[in-house]
Amino acid sequence: MSTVTPAQQRIPRPRTGGSYSTPRDGTPDSHGFATRPYDLVKEFVIALVVVTLATVGLSLVFSSPDEKAISMRDWAIAAPNDVVATATGELAGTTTSATYGPPYNTASDGQKLGPLPLQKWGGVRIPVDSARDLVVTPLSTGASDPALRAALGIWNSTPAARQTAWATAYADALAKAPDGDPAKVPTGDYGPVPRMAGSFLTLARGGGLEGELTSSGNFYGGDQTRSLLLLSDGAFLEDQARARHLGGDQWGMMNETGNYPGQPWMWLYTFWYQIEPFSSSDNADALVWGLMMVLSAALVLLPFIPGLRSIPRWIPVHRLIWRDYYRRHPATPTPAAPAAGSAPPPGPA
Amino acid sequence: MGALNLTADSAGSYLDWGVIQISITNLLIIAGMVVLFVLAILLPFPHAQGDEAGEKDS
Amino acid sequence: MTARTTDTTTTGRAADERNWTVRLRTRLEHTVPPGQALPDRQPVYVASWIYVFGVLTLAAFLVILASGGILAIGGAQWWHTSGTGHFVNSLHLWSVELFFAFMVIHLWGKFWMAAWRGRRALTWITGAVAFLGSIGTAFTGYLTQSNFDSQWIAGQAKDGLNAVGIGAYFNVLNPGQMLLWHVALLPFVLGVLVVAHIVLVRRHGVVPPIDATEE
Repeated sequence: MSTVTPAQQRIPRPRTGGSYSTPRDGTPDSHGFATRPYDLVKEFVIALVVVTLATVGLSLVFSSPDEKAISMRDWAIAAPNDVVATATGELAGTTTSATYGPPYNTASDGQKLGPLPLQKWGGVRIPVDSARDLVVTPLSTGASDPALRAALGIWNSTPAARQTAWATAYADALAKAPDGDPAKVPTGDYGPVPRMAGSFLTLARGGGLEGELTSSGNFYGGDQTRSLLLLSDGAFLEDQARARHLGGDQWGMMNETGNYPGQPWMWLYTFWYQIEPFSSSDNADALVWGLMMVLSAALVLLPFIPGLRSIPRWIPVHRLIWRDYYRRHPATPTPAAPAAGSAPPPGPA
Repeated sequence: MGALNLTADSAGSYLDWGVIQISITNLLIIAGMVVLFVLAILLPFPHAQGDEAGEKDS
Repeated sequence: MTARTTDTTTTGRAADERNWTVRLRTRLEHTVPPGQALPDRQPVYVASWIYVFGVLTLAAFLVILASGGILAIGGAQWWHTSGTGHFVNSLHLWSVELFFAFMVIHLWGKFWMAAWRGRRALTWITGAVAFLGSIGTAFTGYLTQSNFDSQWIAGQAKDGLNAVGIGAYFNVLNPGQMLLWHVALLPFVLGVLVVAHIVLVRRHGVVPPIDATEE
């Protein structure tokens, strides 16, 4: 024994500075309690088998959803008037993407969290000029039709104010036409816009539009930013989503298409969007995000939050969990009970 | 809170109750979790009578 | 001989303290009390079915990784055109649903047990962060489906992220970026959190009942 070094005599408990003393909250060391035999590895293997079988069973019975993505061609065939209206809106600068602000453009400052212009602080790091990138460039690249080339020539050589006037007038006319049908629009001063919007629909119907919208700048796609912005600017995508109960004000964040299980864990995030003041706020996204950050921090730091961390003591569910232990080890009065008003060690339950 | 409204369309079955709209599937999942939790706490555990060896970890 | 032994002992100990390998080895050896990394005994108060939900969560996590790995073998589009691929996708979806169900029940149990007591705050924290990280990982998974869901979710989620400036760096409309976050970055981070969480449980032991006293 005298040749044994101090290092080898150490009691094998967790080594933290001075940890052999009782923790501030008075919780005894778990290693000081009676034990019984137990097979950790066997428990794990059983759990793995159970979960695997449950997963396989659920998969065989219920499968998983796979609703096909909406292609530009699908959109053009299902809702041609919506495609024309959207293209016109891009040219008029009135679509969601055109008026978005950062990270796509500077058309707006975007949302604020209180006084903090967080959206603006993000900066325009994914620049997209809606009229040019989503409509004019795709039209120009494949333009073989002389009438289209002429229309584009007129458009490109016209000052911006007149461009906007033409496109806005045509957009208004489309909105007033029955079904938004371009064929039912009265004659007016729309410049080359009707020709461009009509050709845009033809391009979409032909299946060539996605290729012209790639954001990756080379042969390899993989970045759908422009296609998705264009699709989201139209009404068709949202109509399809709302029909499937996926809209933001339909608790959509929690849901999946059909009767498949969704994301139940998103319940609190989507809840705030359903109630005031968030449901009618222009800054709803920033506000909800800020609120959820605070709540998430509270969850993570729960052990340090007085009151919250004492809930388990006030509502003693633990007396059910450990009922056998408490029955076998009734509480004995401690010899030196602290006087009322003296400060007990700070801590949770 | 208005009356409960069950909608079943190609979008799946949903329960409407005031501001709450929830899919039947999600509702079953959440209810199932609560049931599992309650059962886990209430069901007796086999070793409860336990062989308390009285041996301490050291 | 004695002098030499003394010499070796003296220089040996000094060398030990400077030796990074020795210091790391000692630190690792003392992370968990001896015999507690894979113990074959447990405190008698661990006697409730609520205790199985941690290991069920871990098991579900492994099934998620395995099913995801098989999906990776076929590639991101495989499951749209292959019946087998679609089945593996179903395995991935349902293991995720089970994972979240077990994890939340585990969280409920740990809350009512006030399991952060006795210097276990970091155990709680790693668990809570892993929970939030899992939500983010699942989110990138939904974006990676390359179907209608992905289109709608991306279009919606971008507004939340753009509103707070994050969208300028984390582009949910870019499936190439989202896929790599989903299969590489986030699973690695989650893996580290899960390992840390489990090591902490083995280190401190299962929390004793509220108001229990050592025997």
